[in-house]
Amino acid sequence: MAQAPALPAGFELPLEARLPRIGAVDAVALEERAASLAKRSIKREAKVLALLLAIRTTDLTTLEGSDTPGKAAAIASKALRPDPSDPSLPSCAAVCVYPNLVPAVRERVAGTSVKVAAVATGFPSGQYPTAVKVADVRATVELGADEIDMVIDRGAFLSGRYAKVYDEIVQVKEACGDAHLKVILETGELGTYDNVRRATLLSIAAGADFVKTSTGKIAPAATLPVALCMLEAIRDVYEETGRRVGFKAAGGIRQAKQAIQHLVLVHETLGSEWLTPQLYRLGASSLLNDILMQLRKERTGAYQSGDYFTLD
Amino acid sequence: MSERLPVRKTYKLFIGGSFPRSESGRTYEAEGQNVARASRKDVRDAVRAARGAQPKWAGATAYNRGQVLYRIAEMIEARVAEFAELCSGRDEVERSIDRIVWYAGWADKLPQVLGGSNPVAGPYFNFTVPEPTGVVAVLAPHDPPLLGLVTRVLPPLVGGNAVVAVASEDRPLAAIELAEGLATSDVPGGVVNLLTGQHAELAPVLASHMDVNAIDIGGANGDASELERLAADNVKRVVHGRADVQSPWEIASFLELKTVWHPMGQ
Repeated sequence: MAQAPALPAGFELPLEARLPRIGAVDAVALEERAASLAKRSIKREAKVLALLLAIRTTDLTTLEGSDTPGKAAAIASKALRPDPSDPSLPSCAAVCVYPNLVPAVRERVAGTSVKVAAVATGFPSGQYPTAVKVADVRATVELGADEIDMVIDRGAFLSGRYAKVYDEIVQVKEACGDAHLKVILETGELGTYDNVRRATLLSIAAGADFVKTSTGKIAPAATLPVALCMLEAIRDVYEETGRRVGFKAAGGIRQAKQAIQHLVLVHETLGSEWLTPQLYRLGASSLLNDILMQLRKERTGAYQSGDYFTLD
Repeated sequence: MSERLPVRKTYKLFIGGSFPRSESGRTYEAEGQNVARASRKDVRDAVRAARGAQPKWAGATAYNRGQVLYRIAEMIEARVAEFAELCSGRDEVERSIDRIVWYAGWADKLPQVLGGSNPVAGPYFNFTVPEPTGVVAVLAPHDPPLLGLVTRVLPPLVGGNAVVAVASEDRPLAAIELAEGLATSDVPGGVVNLLTGQHAELAPVLASHMDVNAIDIGGANGDASELERLAADNVKRVVHGRADVQSPWEIASFLELKTVWHPMGQ
């Protein structure tokens, strides 16, 4: 394989020497591979297992300005027991909310396996002073968040100030303490797969526990090629250093079919080791209902209606 | 110069305003043509399209719905000869057109005839308002192929429902021709969906589908009791539609009556 110029001139990314070379992404091949993996035929039994896995790895999300503690509590209840008529279904991995709603969720999920995730650092734009972002993270952790979903400063990244992006992640990671840090790249704003790969490696180098595709606030969000691009970067890091970094696909995943395609992608790129809530998440809100409808369809044989599932 | 090769038509389904082949790729032979044989997944797609399109259709003004239905009649009128070849003849086409016009006229008269203001013992206005039931599945009668379909599809349609209809199994070509009329007559995509295929295969899927609110099993093969049992799961309305009937009560079969109380102000 031809060796692309490793770093462009003026690239100030403080990468450790042992990190894999950054390289360039072959967009055509990437999209082709993502598309071919999406065409896999998943037969019924495997489909049910994949859907159950999708529930276990879902961060059930609500990120609206109109969210209330009541709605957050309702979402938390749904994450605990997705379908009250079928107690055999697993719980979701986490509930993802704005910082102010962390206590409401915390109260509902305390003592269970469901984690509390919160977005911070001036979500969704990230266009705030570093001190504000760090304070945001500290406050959110104090409120009881187990996981912090931060956004990178895309403005800084796109204007080549990689060191600022890197330093912010380092500081936020420090502010997180024991909380897990997921770094949102907002790939829809990064423009190219090269940028996505670069931002992924930069976030990993700065200490991210997870890298996450998008905020869910803009489209395109978690497309399959973008997910594949990030997964390959995670794979390269793992092969080079042995470090396991998690991946969260979020934004635009509304149908069970899409969720399964994402799971196939992870399985083919990183292997089944990554298919656990510790290393893989799906960020979604309406996806869960579609999965529940699919599962009930498999159980009863009849196609389902949204009328019989909770709205949130 | 070589002889011109005529373009042959591929008979397809009508789902969400477009004309896809069956997702299964299957066809069956009817009236000497290969016609798409819809699968359960096509049913699923059609119901999804209908559910998506229904609120806007129900929300359109009654006047507008009437105009759109009238335009279906205009479209068929212009193609009487073509339709006549696909059914029992010109008479059936003309009766179908007249029936469409008749139902189109009902769009803005339903609330007055089927609803009303009710006398109650208290300082309240009490109104009864007819509302569409939602997504209606129709198993069209096998005969007559065009008039039967029009007779069963128009009543739910004029009431503001979205329809998924399975055409006559033996004579589906008139239905496909009608779909082309619908596509060019301002009926919003997804409000009427037409499938061709085997009733025995598709009927149970529609009857058990939880997102279908009413089913007309007039064209079902043989024993309908199993379909009624399946329809009971989400308490679908089950209508045994007749192939040649014209009445406002046909429309009422697919409407819910909502009663509204409103205090009389000072």
